[in-house]
Parts: sequence; structure tokens; C-alpha cells
Amino acid sequence: MSGTFLGMPSLPVFGIGNLHEHEPFPKAARRELGNTQLRANLGHATRTIRDKRLAVVSELPDWEELRDAGRAIKESVMARLPELLEQFEANFTARGGTIHWARDAGEANAIVADLIREQGADEVVKVKSMATQEIGLNEYLEEQGIAAFETDLAELIVQLDHDKPSHILVPAIHKNRSQVRDIFLREMEGVDPELTNEPARLAAAARAHLRRKFLSAKVAVSGANFALADSGTLAVVESEGNGRMCLTLPETLITVMGVEKLLPAWEDLEVFMQLLPRSSTGERMNPYTSLWTGVTPDDGPQNVHLVLLDNGRSAALADEMGRSALHCIRCSACMNVCPVYERTGGHAYGSTYPGPIGAILSPLLTGITAEENNSLPYASSLCGACYDACPVKINIPDILVHLRGEDVDSKRGKKKLPSQMDLGMKAASWALSSGKHLGLVEKALPLGRLAAGPDKKITKLPGIAAGWTQSRDIPAPPAQSFRQWWDKEHQAPAAPADATGPEAPGAGAPGTIETSNGSTGPKENP
Amino acid sequence: MRIALFATCIVDAMYPGTARATVAILERLGHEVIFPSGQACCGQMHVNSGYFKEALPVVANHVKAFEAEEYDVAVAPSGSCVASVKHQHPMVARRCGDSGLEARAAGVGDKTYELSQLLVDVLGVTDAAAQLGSYFPHRITYHPSCHGMRLLRLGDRQLDLLRSVAGIELAELPEAEQCCGFGGTFSMKNADVSSAMLEDKTANICGTGASLCTGGDASCLMHIGGGLSRQGSGVTTMHFAEILASTLEHPAAVTGDVRLTTGRTAR
Amino acid sequence: MNARAEILDRIRSALRDAPAVPEVPRDYRRSAEHGQEELIELLTDRLLDYKANVFVEDAAAVPQRLAALLEGTVRYAVPHGLDQALFAAADVHDGGPARRVTDAPGHRLGVGELDAVDAVVTGSAVAVAETGTIILDAGPDQGRRVISLVPDRHICLVRAGDITAILPEALRRLDGTRPQTWISGPSATSDIELERVEGVHGPRTLDVVIVRE
Repeated sequence: MSGTFLGMPSLPVFGIGNLHEHEPFPKAARRELGNTQLRANLGHATRTIRDKRLAVVSELPDWEELRDAGRAIKESVMARLPELLEQFEANFTARGGTIHWARDAGEANAIVADLIREQGADEVVKVKSMATQEIGLNEYLEEQGIAAFETDLAELIVQLDHDKPSHILVPAIHKNRSQVRDIFLREMEGVDPELTNEPARLAAAARAHLRRKFLSAKVAVSGANFALADSGTLAVVESEGNGRMCLTLPETLITVMGVEKLLPAWEDLEVFMQLLPRSSTGERMNPYTSLWTGVTPDDGPQNVHLVLLDNGRSAALADEMGRSALHCIRCSACMNVCPVYERTGGHAYGSTYPGPIGAILSPLLTGITAEENNSLPYASSLCGACYDACPVKINIPDILVHLRGEDVDSKRGKKKLPSQMDLGMKAASWALSSGKHLGLVEKALPLGRLAAGPDKKITKLPGIAAGWTQSRDIPAPPAQSFRQWWDKEHQAPAAPADATGPEAPGAGAPGTIETSNGSTGPKENP
Repeated sequence: MRIALFATCIVDAMYPGTARATVAILERLGHEVIFPSGQACCGQMHVNSGYFKEALPVVANHVKAFEAEEYDVAVAPSGSCVASVKHQHPMVARRCGDSGLEARAAGVGDKTYELSQLLVDVLGVTDAAAQLGSYFPHRITYHPSCHGMRLLRLGDRQLDLLRSVAGIELAELPEAEQCCGFGGTFSMKNADVSSAMLEDKTANICGTGASLCTGGDASCLMHIGGGLSRQGSGVTTMHFAEILASTLEHPAAVTGDVRLTTGRTAR
Repeated sequence: MNARAEILDRIRSALRDAPAVPEVPRDYRRSAEHGQEELIELLTDRLLDYKANVFVEDAAAVPQRLAALLEGTVRYAVPHGLDQALFAAADVHDGGPARRVTDAPGHRLGVGELDAVDAVVTGSAVAVAETGTIILDAGPDQGRRVISLVPDRHICLVRAGDITAILPEALRRLDGTRPQTWISGPSATSDIELERVEGVHGPRTLDVVIVRE
């Protein structure tokens, strides 16, 4: 058992690496919104995956029960994490694997580079992995003189183009087929100059390009989708077979995995392997899943390592409201349904983790009070589509709101002028915390009406409200609020007529309504 | 039944016609409507913007105002404000360390219904034309607001009520379940993304050929209506309560006094 | 403090509120009633959907089917534990057993050799009809993971009795510590404009022979 923690509570230690915004989200979003090609690609892609997901999810009669089980399993993993990590370590080690622990991105990178050098290798093949992107492994290895070859088709496209992934499942979602052909023609050695933009031809070019690398690679680097504590087993879920190549052919396999990826037992895999493929690619099952437990003599890599990564996960775990963000299985369903992500794409989020989950996970890993990543929790209209789509029921909207609160509170103590938003919220708090106050404010409605002028609409507001009027009018306020009308009606010496029964619809005063919001008297017909 | 009306601040101050329509519908069904005068706002704007401390007095006021009256159920013509009362109020109290308020807020929340919930689930309204005399001879389309749909799980309640209005022609809204981009202060803090979402929503609305878009939340309708007005679309917005309250004798007009679109060209 | 101790310490500290360990509700389907013919039909449907080729044969007809599938191949690989009698017809038809290379303990095929064969024939451990998934667990009739990976064509035998309806049933028949490969159709990618292309790095052709016993 993990037991109760009796030591001095340590301060959260946050993660480093590719987890930060490079500029505030609204600014980045504005630039990305201007890219019409990106918007068209993203719109098409997210709509397609959304529809596929809905179709395969609706096939399962027990989808909600699977989600409930998935959530409970993950909750239980978080609650028992120290104990499960130790159990996993014992099993993995007993089967011939070696475990390394990395406090942060820097430490993980150094461990991986050392392991590669020990093998006398100066290049590695890589399976698509979020964890290694998070820690910036490729960049680090390059500095160390080690070439890392991404082998997933989309990752290959992004790497050849010296670009960054924009989606965790389909990283090159922002590129169309002609752009991909141009990248291949420009960057791929020995490519057929007659290459067309047909996806099948492009995939064949990638196959030819990587085949020799696969057959000769001595070291591979991967992530892991799941790790089973009761057996020490690791799992990688993929489609192209590049994962199988990396996990099977080289003599040395180095896997980098966040500590939160554990599942307690073999039977838990039956839940997650139903949830993940349907949520992510909208398939009943992904083409290939590989499972390995330490070293199997005579089959696959004989030198097997696992780097267990903290990099801010323990800090996220310390946030009682936010810790369920660690339940994420990186399926990307939340981004495919997110109206914000659909329009801005992944680059606007800065971090390796974009979309709704990124907007909570990145600031949880890096800390929000450092004023890093503090615009991400606001990058949502709180429509809730992500929560509905999440296979493990992470309540993303609630965590977004929680992190906004953390952000606001973190600034309270600091000596600086309150922002316009702060002042507005304070004033609104006064006005909205009593019926009397609101009634007083409503006395000013005619003023707003005056400001609206003969058009009866307000088209330009100053300060933070200017954002509203850049694309929206505000109607002129009514001459009389509902409260004022009600008071007049109900405090008049003669009480209003009794309510008419349902048998007399529309008859009598209460049934008479005024559809406009205007100044006309209460009993006047519209 | 004695029904306490929670008008919501935006309806009280900006769209009094929606609250009056709500009163009219309930009184037509033979119920008594009261208006707890201490009420102001649900505090959702504060909560969703992260200002929990400032939200606390707003929440406390709401709880106090509705505890001060005797009633069977409370109703609000807004999915998001009801969701706030039910889900956010206890959370704000808890976060601010006020467990007494948390319990009281939960008590008020349990008795609070969104209008279509009350009409369908409690008052048994299935046919607006027969039971309310609803009549509205216009081609309209309907936007289901996010919080009603996802937090309250209203399903088709509002739409089914609208379908049963005499004379109405309902045009299906493509991608209806996509958010309009309002999101409270999101529309100001992330004005560009919000505007991009709104553009798609208004394009879908205009594509239906409807003269009016209805829904269950005044805030979303103000947002959508503000966009339609700016674009000079000639399409307007109206809360579904006003459509249900419209009758043959006293039909609601699609364009009224301060309806956003008055035939003027947009700037 | 070393990294291990420090990380575990941080995690214990993060959990000092001692969150409850919830009971996991396993109300999802854990078994399903299906007749064997129904399972064959469902698995076939799913595999065809993934663009695999499917053949349903009585046990006695399997050698003929393999002979037909292997016709024209110059060389093909098999794991040592696969019943050699299955290839009797193939041997008669087309050049004899010399075409067949066997991966066996003490006589391992190198990746170069595997890359040069036209096809590999393996058995399988279990299949899941609902998802169209065939699971290999490196048993003697399936061989090392590499042999079903490098050749461009995989001919896979699935015994009808090994077909389960849903995933939880299949996992109960497996040992999680054996190296496993779950295969649902040929290798595929949708990375370019989400247009699905079958065949990237794994075998580009998957032929499944479902064997009625």
C-alpha cells in the first residue's frame, strides 16, 4: 500500500520543455485564423473524424459503461500511483528491462542520449510519441550529434518540413496533399521526381525512404500508450507498422513514458482498447497494437529501457481539482469536437498538447501562477463538447474554470494596477449581489437607449468591450426593465386580473405580451 | 402551483419581453407566478471568468432571495443560468469555504428548473397550440444553446414545444450543436475566435431562409442577434418563450421596437 | 535524493489529501452470446471493411487454399511450429518445399532474408469478431514478431474456435506477458487529408483464412 504521506509536503515542481505558449493565445489565434488554407484543412479534417467517431461509438451498446469504467480505473491509478509504480518497476525489471527515473525534461533527454551513445549509435528511429515531443528530445539529440528519424508518416512530413505538429493524432493535419508532395520533393533524398500528390503514392515514397533505416537501425525510441502494473507490460497503439518496425527490429529499445500512463491490471486493457481507437481515429480498432514485457529471449529487442517521466506530473497531481487531467489517454477526441481548436489549429496553443486538454494540461504541468500559460484556460467558450467526447470523462470545462480562478487569485496579491477586467468584475459584483443594486443600475437604462441613438443599436464600445463590438452590435436597452414593469403591475392599487386558465389562452392581461423589448406600456399590443 | 420566476439579469435589464412572456405562459396554465424581489444574477459571468471571490456575494444573494419566498418551484428562461444555479453555486460556496451556503445553494438549485424542463417534465405541456394557444406563423430556425444541451441535458424539449406551435415552420439549422462563440467574457478576451465561430453560426442561420432564429438563452441570442445585425442580414432573434406566448389574438411580431434589425442597412 | 526517491516523494506529497480509491464499475459487456457461424460472418465483415482478403474454409480444404494463395510466390516464410502438412498441396503445385523458408530456434531468418520473401504464413492465438482483430502471441505456429512484420504479404490462419465476439473475451484467453501483436487489417495511414491508404510499413496485403474445424 502507498500509505499516508508523513514527510514535509514538498512544493510542486513544475515541468519544462515544449509545454509553453510562445505568445498569448488570443494573439496566436488571430494569426492562425488568417490562414485560410489551414482553416479549410482543419474544418474538413475535424468534421470527418467527428463523424467517424460518432458512427463507431454509436455501434457499442455499452459505451457509457466503458467510459465510467475508464474514469474509475484512472482515478484509482492516480490514488494508488506510488504503489503501482513500484509494482510496475519490480515486474518490468524482473523480466529483463531497465527503468530510469527522470525528474524533468532535461534529465530524461540526458538519459536517452547516454543510452544511445552506450550502443555506439549516432542515429535512432522513432515511433510517434507525445512524451518525447514534450521534452524536446529530437532537438536535444541533434545538439548531441545524434540524428532522430521520425517514422510515422505525419511526423515525417512535419520533420522534413522543419515544422511543428498541430494535432496529437494527425500531426500534419494542417498540410494538404500538394504541400506534402512539395516537401517530399524538396527534402527526401532520392525521391522520384515524378511523384504525384496522390496519398497512396506519397505513402509509398515514405515506405521506400524509411525501409532501409528500419532494417539497419540499432536503437529505437518510443513512447507508450499503456503500462500494466501487474505484469510490467508496455503497449503501443499505431496504424502504419512503423511502430512494429521500431519495437521489433532494433537491438535496443528506449521508451519514454509519463508516470501517469499506468493501468493496474491486464483486464483494464479491455476497457481502454475499446475506448481509445474509437475515440481517436474513429475506427473499431487501430491496425496494429504491440505489447511487450521486458525482454523476450530471441524475439525483439534484447536491451530494453524505460524512462519514467515526472516533468510536472506530480505538480498536476497535487491539484485536487485539476489532477484528473492526468487521466488523458491522448485520443484527441476533445480537439476534434472543439470549436476553438477547429478554427485556430494546434499551433496557437504553443504547447505540445493543444486543444481543450492542452488548455488544462499545459498550465497544470508548468504551473499557472508563473504567468506562463495563463492565457490557455481562457481559450474556450466552455461549450462542453470536449467533456461529452472524452472517453475517460475528464470534466475539462470545470477544470478550465478552476484554472481561471487560480490565475485570477494568483494576481490578487501582486502590486500592480487592477486590470479593466478586475475593475469591471468588482463593479458587477456590487451591482449583481442585490436586487436593489440591480434595480438602481437599471434606472440608467434610458441612458443606454439614448447612446444607442435612432438605430437602436450600439456598434462601438471602448476598452475590453471593444472585442464584442468588432463583429457584433448590442441592442439598445429597453426603456423599462422587467423589474420595473413587475413592480408597476403588482403594486398598482388594483391588483392585476387573475391568471386566466388554460382554457382561455391569450385572453386577459397576463396573457398579453409585448414581444419587443421596448418602452411600450405593459398592456399595449405589439 | 406557486412558481418563483428567476428572470436572470440579462433578461431583466435587456430583454424584459422574455420574462413577461414566461409569466404569461405560466399564468395561462393557471399557475401563480411570484418574482422574488431580492434576486439579481446567477453570478455565472464571475465564475466563468475565474472571479470566485467576487461571485460569492452574487451567489449568496441569489440563495437568500429565493429562500425568502414560499414557492413550489423556481423557473428561469435560461439554460445556462439554471445550470449555474444548480452546478456552480454549491461549487463557489465550497471553494470559498462556506459549507452552510453550499448546502443552502444545493437546496435552491434542486427546486430550480429551466423553462422547457418545467413545462414538459413538471407541467405536462406537450402541445403548445392546444395547451397554450401558441400561434406563430413564421419560418424560423432553432439554436440549442450549449449549457442547456450539455449541462442540463434538455434534449429536444424546446424544439418539441416549438414544433407544436400553430402556424410555425421550423427550418433545421445545420451544425446546430456547434457553439455560437459567446462564452461570456470569452467573446471579449478571445474576440477573434469568438467572431469566427459566430460567422459560421450566422451563415448557417441565414442559409436556412428563416426570418428568425430562436433559442433558450437570451445571452446567446444577443450574441447571434448582434452578429446578424452587424451583417445586415435581415434575420432577427427571439427567445422561445415569446414564441410560445404568441397567440392568434396577440401575435408576437418578428420585428419590434428595439429588435436589432429594422430594415436599415448595416454599417 | 536520487530521482526515483524524489519523484515518489513528490507523488506521495501530491496525494496527501489521500483521495479515495473508487470501486471500478464493470457494467460493460464482458461476454456475448454468438454462434460460431455468426462470429465467422462478423469477423469476415470487419476484416473486409479493413480491406483484408478473407477466405472461409473447412480444415480439409486449407492446403488447397494455401496452394492457391501461394501460387506464383518464389519464396515464403513460415514459423517452425506451423503444421507442415498444411503445405502439402502447395508443395505439389509449384516447385516443392524448397520455396519454403522456416524460422526456427537455432536457424533464425535475418531481416534481409525476410525482406526478400514474397509472403509469410502464420497461425494466430485468438480473434475478436466485433473489432476485426487477430491477435498473435508468438506461439510456435506464429513465430517471432518479426516474421509477420517484414514480408510484404501476411497470410494468417484463424481457427474458427479461436474467434471470440468481443475484446474482453479474447483477453481472458491470453497471457499478457507474452509478446503480442494485435492486427486489424493491413497496415494503413490516414495522415494525408485523412484519406485512408492501406499499406505503409507493415505488410501491405493481409490474407485471412478462417478455418472451420
